[in-house]
Amino acid sequence: MHPPIAGQSPGLSFHARSALNPEFKLDVNFNVPPGITIIFGASGAGKTTILDLICGIKVPDSGLISTGDAILFDSAQNICRPIWDRRVGYLFQDLALFPHLTARQNVEYGIHELNRSERHKRSSRMLDEFGVSGVEDRRPSRLSGGERQRVALARALVREPRVLLLDEPLSALDRPTKSAIVEDLRRWNREHEIPILYVTHSHEEVFALGDRVIILDKGKVVAQGTPHEVMRAPRLETVAALTGFENVFDVVVSSIHADRGTMTCSLAGVSVGIETPMVQAEVGSHLRLGIRAGDILLANEPPHGLSARNVLAGKLIGLERRDVIVSARVNCGVEVEVHLTIAAREALGLRLGGEVWLVVKTHSCHLMSE
Amino acid sequence: MNWGAFWLTVQLASVVAGILFVVGIPLAAWITFSRRRWKFLVEAVVALPIVLPPTVLGFYVLIALGTKSPLGRWWESTTGHTLAFTFEGLVIGSVLYSLPFAVQPFAASFAAIDHRLIDASQSLGVPRLATFFRVVLPLSKPGLVSGLMLSFAHTLGEFGVVLMVGGNIPGVTRTVSVDIYDQVQAGNYASANQTSLVLLLISFLTLSIVYGINRGSHSVWPWR
Repeated sequence: MHPPIAGQSPGLSFHARSALNPEFKLDVNFNVPPGITIIFGASGAGKTTILDLICGIKVPDSGLISTGDAILFDSAQNICRPIWDRRVGYLFQDLALFPHLTARQNVEYGIHELNRSERHKRSSRMLDEFGVSGVEDRRPSRLSGGERQRVALARALVREPRVLLLDEPLSALDRPTKSAIVEDLRRWNREHEIPILYVTHSHEEVFALGDRVIILDKGKVVAQGTPHEVMRAPRLETVAALTGFENVFDVVVSSIHADRGTMTCSLAGVSVGIETPMVQAEVGSHLRLGIRAGDILLANEPPHGLSARNVLAGKLIGLERRDVIVSARVNCGVEVEVHLTIAAREALGLRLGGEVWLVVKTHSCHLMSE
Repeated sequence: MNWGAFWLTVQLASVVAGILFVVGIPLAAWITFSRRRWKFLVEAVVALPIVLPPTVLGFYVLIALGTKSPLGRWWESTTGHTLAFTFEGLVIGSVLYSLPFAVQPFAASFAAIDHRLIDASQSLGVPRLATFFRVVLPLSKPGLVSGLMLSFAHTLGEFGVVLMVGGNIPGVTRTVSVDIYDQVQAGNYASANQTSLVLLLISFLTLSIVYGINRGSHSVWPWR
């Protein structure tokens, strides 16, 4: 165990190209400082591949992967450290706890070279830090989902890794358990400043967990920054496609209100302007506007006294039940898809051809560059 | 009941099972984890004794052990006697004959281990060989016991190889199955029945243990 040398930036630098098969090529470059960085993308975007390349389970065709002082892979210098020599902590999606060992034995697995009392001291501290000291003698099959995650974290972190990789390990947990574990992880991370890469395909986790986010699509980085920046900057269409916008329109910026942080955009075929958040654009810029069907309110009479800025009148032209939601199609010059509940459909007494009003909040309007 | 033949057989089966345990584990590990393209040829060779008539195997082992082969000559020059028609020769023939009954359960249990456990072990700083001893072997216990028991049981009942390689020398190479054959030839049906029954019971007991420890899994079927 070598603690990070003081004053040295223990960030992670990742540059790799890899053609895993003829259909999938990975070409990814990023540098991340200590702290949690989310890697976000649809399944098949190459998220797990990146973690496998850092850990050494897979080897890229070319590139340079390093953390602080240590070069893990460098095709130019012909360096490729074996997995066991990288000191990279990796939590797999299924955790891969050793079923034949107790929780404590799992935690002590990677510090075998230390003497017995030192091993015991360190594993006790980690078990304690992650709140699982009470289950140290249980096998993984007798641990709850949350306890397993905590034991797996303790097992990876007791080795004081250079970098920690998490492959959607918390996705199966309920929200309170998940946030408690993330809090423990953040606390540990404040004392041990290492980069943590957290892979997810859940849109919600990006904003809940990450200091930074890297958005991945088809083996390439399409956006990176703070969740706030990535959200605010005019985003690429690929990002919108990933996060599932049912409604995407071409718009032109008609005016910018820098003092209010908003813009007005005009939408071909719609008489009223749409108020949107301000992004880096000029008057006359052509952008794409994405609105999720679930973010739109539907009213059966003209609404007033609302905080929402955008109200569009239209005609109901389609109503279709999908599982537990109802998908309504409304023509307000352009066709808009709106999702509502079955109860809402009944309460509103909706009928095809009837007049309806759509209400869209400013911050439900997502802008992307074309 | 010929107790001499019985003890000789148990001795032979124990020695063979012991050797196969030691030789079979690395061989099965290689078959499971190697990425060589010609791996299938080794797998086929290991499985040969399942389909080959024991007399064919016995014939070639006899030739290989004889004084005209390099192995036979080397053995004779170091020990002063030939390998054929000795207990040692019988061990060599039986090891080859029971090889798949050890290697296949071993390999099946190694292959059944979730590869993520091996990745996890290596990412925790434990190299390949140590990972094999600390993760793969402990998790393969049922398969290891199965292989050990099956190779023991299979050696107990062998006949063709013994007759070809060992002949029928009382106390040296006369095993239970050969003894039964002799007794039937001599018209001693009662004695043959007694010995056969003991062999049947031991074989049944052994297989019951194997299937008992593998309840719910089929990894012990040597042809899978």
